Amino acid sequence: MIPAAFNYQRASSVDEASRLLGQAEDAKILAGGHSLIPLMRLRLAQPSMLVDINGLDGELGYIRRDNGTLRIGALTRHYQIETSADVQRSLPLLAEVAAEVGDMQVRSMGTIGGVLAHADPAGDFCTLALMLDATISTNKRSIPARDFFQGLFTTPLGSDELVTEVSFPVASGPHKYIKFRRRMSDWAIVGVGAQRMDDGQWRVGITNAAMTPVRASGVEQALASGASPSEAARQSSQGLDPASDLRGSAEYKTHLAQVLTQRAIEGAA
Amino acid sequence: MADRVPVGVNVNGTNYARDVEPRDLLVYFLREDLGLTGTHVGCDTSQCGACTVLIDGRPVKSCTMFAVQANGRQITTVEGLATNGELTPLQEAFWNEHGLQCGFCTPGFLMTATALLQSNPSPTEEQIRKGLEGNLCRCTGYANIVRAVQSASKAMSAGAGVATPEPVLGRA
Amino acid sequence: MAISQMIGARIHRREDPHLITGGGRYVEDLVRPGTLAMAVVRSPHAHARIKRIDATAAQAIPGVVAVLTAADFKPLLTGTHPVAPAFVAQKQTVPQRFPIADEEAVFQGEPVAVVIADNRKLATDGAQAVDVEYEPLPAVMDLFKALEPDSPRAHLGQVDNLAWDLTYAPEDTVKDAFVQAEVVVKERILQQRLAPVPIEPRGVVAEFNSFEDQLTITMATQNPHFIRLFVSGALGMPETKVRVISHDVGGGFGSKISPYPEDYLVAATAKLLKRPVRWIETRTESIQTTTHGRGQVFDVELAARRDGSLLALKVTQYLDAGAYVGTFGAFQPVACLLSGGAYKWPGGIAARTIGVLTNRVPTDPYRGAGRPEATHLVERMIDKLAQEIGMDPAAVRQKNFIRPEEFPFTNNFGLVYDSGNYNGSLERALELAGYADFRQRQERARKEGRYLGIGLSTWIEICGFGPSAATAPATGGMALVESAQVRVHPTGSAQVIVGTHAHGQGHDTTFAQIAADTLGLPYESIEIRHGDTAEGAAFGYGTYGSRSLAVGGMAVRTAGKQIVAKAHKIAANMLEAAADDVVFDQGRFHVKGNPGNAKSMGEVAFAAYGAGLPEGTDHGLEATSYFDPPNFVWPFGAHICEVEVDPATGEVQLQKYVAVDDCGNVINPLVVEGQLHGGIAQGIAQALFEEVAYDPDTGQLMSGSLAEYLVPTANEIPTPVLDRTVTPTPSNELGVKGIGEAGTIAASAAVINAIVDALQPLGISHVDMPASPDRLWKQIREAQEGVRA
Repeated sequence: MIPAAFNYQRASSVDEASRLLGQAEDAKILAGGHSLIPLMRLRLAQPSMLVDINGLDGELGYIRRDNGTLRIGALTRHYQIETSADVQRSLPLLAEVAAEVGDMQVRSMGTIGGVLAHADPAGDFCTLALMLDATISTNKRSIPARDFFQGLFTTPLGSDELVTEVSFPVASGPHKYIKFRRRMSDWAIVGVGAQRMDDGQWRVGITNAAMTPVRASGVEQALASGASPSEAARQSSQGLDPASDLRGSAEYKTHLAQVLTQRAIEGAA
Repeated sequence: MADRVPVGVNVNGTNYARDVEPRDLLVYFLREDLGLTGTHVGCDTSQCGACTVLIDGRPVKSCTMFAVQANGRQITTVEGLATNGELTPLQEAFWNEHGLQCGFCTPGFLMTATALLQSNPSPTEEQIRKGLEGNLCRCTGYANIVRAVQSASKAMSAGAGVATPEPVLGRA
Repeated sequence: MAISQMIGARIHRREDPHLITGGGRYVEDLVRPGTLAMAVVRSPHAHARIKRIDATAAQAIPGVVAVLTAADFKPLLTGTHPVAPAFVAQKQTVPQRFPIADEEAVFQGEPVAVVIADNRKLATDGAQAVDVEYEPLPAVMDLFKALEPDSPRAHLGQVDNLAWDLTYAPEDTVKDAFVQAEVVVKERILQQRLAPVPIEPRGVVAEFNSFEDQLTITMATQNPHFIRLFVSGALGMPETKVRVISHDVGGGFGSKISPYPEDYLVAATAKLLKRPVRWIETRTESIQTTTHGRGQVFDVELAARRDGSLLALKVTQYLDAGAYVGTFGAFQPVACLLSGGAYKWPGGIAARTIGVLTNRVPTDPYRGAGRPEATHLVERMIDKLAQEIGMDPAAVRQKNFIRPEEFPFTNNFGLVYDSGNYNGSLERALELAGYADFRQRQERARKEGRYLGIGLSTWIEICGFGPSAATAPATGGMALVESAQVRVHPTGSAQVIVGTHAHGQGHDTTFAQIAADTLGLPYESIEIRHGDTAEGAAFGYGTYGSRSLAVGGMAVRTAGKQIVAKAHKIAANMLEAAADDVVFDQGRFHVKGNPGNAKSMGEVAFAAYGAGLPEGTDHGLEATSYFDPPNFVWPFGAHICEVEVDPATGEVQLQKYVAVDDCGNVINPLVVEGQLHGGIAQGIAQALFEEVAYDPDTGQLMSGSLAEYLVPTANEIPTPVLDRTVTPTPSNELGVKGIGEAGTIAASAAVINAIVDALQPLGISHVDMPASPDRLWKQIREAQEGVRA
């Protein structure tokens, strides 16, 4: 369909973007646009103003290894994360997950900042950020991931605040992300990521089984006290609240989370 | 509400300057403002990929982008693949392998596959199918599309011509 | 002398060069300055009273030219949306349909108003701004509840929701067989609603020329002449004043056959406003309002002996017609007439079809149209029987096949199957599928806790619609013959205008192959044209029902032979010989025994426009032929699918897919394979992925986009292993049948049979479609708990 009309501004800096956002109550950032534009085409979203930040590659498009931290600018595209030698070396889990987001065309445009700001519990990057204790920086502050995903599509971002960077701890050890879906290009029905950190501790996160991504702390603790993957996976239902929908019942999704948790840990390499 | 915004793009080697409404999607800009109707619209939710074009060499769904975002970029559409009437090996392969039936999804597949082969000149069958996950076809069942990409890949690494199609009887 | 040079040739298509370079001409590509855009305001409710329509805000938008409602169209349109008898001549409750709702909306998406504006953006803005007050009414969604006496009605004031109740053969027919049976298996089999989803949505452009009172409609359709017939009639215009043009069409699969509301509304608006008007469907509108396929429930009982001999079958079809009966909505009951499949049923088949009105968009043909349903039910029941008696599913089939020497074979409903070699294709398929050692592999896998399964589908079908005696009553008077006009020009090039209308099937190529061999002219010099009612004088019947080759290709053949017959006389005259002494061999006429002195068809063509023609022969070299086939044609084959089911997740992996099909003689193997690839993909898609899902209470469509309606990608559909047997039909000279729908007809049963085979150790004897992971997991878990308990 055809979107409703809107005012359009191009930002030439992060500060300008922030200022422009303040000009209309329902103003939205236009970055990759692959969450926003489909909503606008269906007229489920009709913002009166879009602030285009795609010109801010200089400020916001980067991947930097900083000792034990991997810092990624908000405007970095999925395909850049997928193919980055730095990411593949420092946090291969992230590169592998990037390769699974949407399809090749989506990966040309989608940005990690956009995925995080949208806070869709089906967003694979949101799960990684949460389970790896990432830090999400904005033009105003830094927010730990555990405080960032407040609810369905809900973050603490203020109306003139935009994500500028996300930083992950590096971890090149055993890892696996299983994205269970009907078609290759679909969102996860349920997804589970497992990463053994450099200090030997496991991090486990679950995608699309609640209103936000879920950190499977129960599973992590079980693994830390020596449980087998299948024993630990039994803890995966903690904190889950999956929706019953076309993709399956809540019961099915809870069961799936357990199966995928076990398989992700067993298959981590 | 909105004033028109000037946009300058290079499409298939030609520069265009137009004024557009901010809400004009790139696909409609290409089709209606520039008359390049080879790029098609097949859905509302960015699933089908019939609208795929190359922007600075990267495949993008032009239905999920506003024309204003394309300002200053270089765009290739299906009309820009063949040069002086000479088909690319991929286009030849689609023709020889019967990789199209109704043809509506075909421009999108050609653009995505062109980008795929540029970044991975010798993809496995699995990589081809994965690379095409963002393009839907209802007519071909994908079998001959995959064959076409494989055939093009062989032809491009051989350097010249397109391999004669093999008989398909009994072939997995 | 019939020599095949082009017939049978595996050549690439001449359609492709313009399609692969962006030169296709789909309806949305047509640009005429000054064309107004139409957007449709649609009911968001499955069932509602329309209380008030306020267009004030819409009309105030600059660029909005008009907002029209039923009141505006009532004076312009009558007799829209005809309902063909099809396979149900006597119907019961058939609601009258007008293209735009007046006081009551009866399906989500039904047009309520149209907005006409300078461009599509403004039309969309206008449509959003039209304020409609609705009073929601109870939505009839469940087929069985709809038949209860106190059910709400799909239309207010309607006597009931029963569109039809027709018994083809009563239960009495099979009473004895069921009494004598040693084993009876029963099942309720679901056929979920499917959205055809051609990648090109629908679209209509109409322009009225008031100087000539001529209406020109350009649209995506499978049958331009029928649309001309329906729309001209509805507008009260002679057919001669309406032209329908369809260039390239981006897929149809049956969903672009029947006339739609927009076909009428765009045409009427163009005539009313005296400006060109254009409407292009969005995908959301397509899933919501383009006719759906399938939508049936079958109760089936099979009676047999313990040695695997089939005795009798009882079939009751419940068909979700939708809120109106589709123009060909009563076609799908053909499933009852084909429910016997490839087998003999000495004890008879009892069959009854019940059409039910609901508050959803109508169902209409979708690739296979009744024959996938028939194949699915009979192939499932054969496997159920095999499971019950512990016999190999292939052996049960082989025991009961109609044998090659039994053709022509009259089935339990009086339909005559032309030719077949059912075991021939099955044997080849079993070989290719490695069936012989599959059971060992399956056993080994079971010990490892893995569930492998293999499924057969030995399909037959009826296509090539069709003989006038059968089809004229079925359509309401128009026999589904086919026309071809051939004209050979003075310099030897030929034009064939055919009444079919390919939308991906490659007729430009394959019909030229037939014409080339028939006329003896070079393939390159022959042009095939179709899709424009103003081209050629003949009526064209369209492309659907796997008819184009068997009926249309044959019309090309017979028209070509008329040309050759006339050319023969002219050639004999040129050779100063008696016609009986002249032969036509590979494009050249010569006196028997003297090939050195010949006249080519090209030379004869030129002479046909000159002086000195033989007595009784008029000038020119053209012929029109309508081919009326003596029978339907009956292709067949055997598909075998191997799967692995993951019991922990319910996921199904397709490991292998083999198809050995027989469509008689083949014109172009490349095109045939393509049709099988695509057909199989849609059958697999029904088995595993697709379903139009509605909220059972509110009737809201839940799978309204391609994000939820799961058309598979290249990652979900494996490349099948294809082979063929060739059993020509005696019904036409080319020996050709049809293949366009075959893949879809066969595939769903092969996949589901494989899944059931995999899960047999758990005691599962049936799985419904789509066999999605969540449903399968639930079924597996319940079976496991049942096994444990």
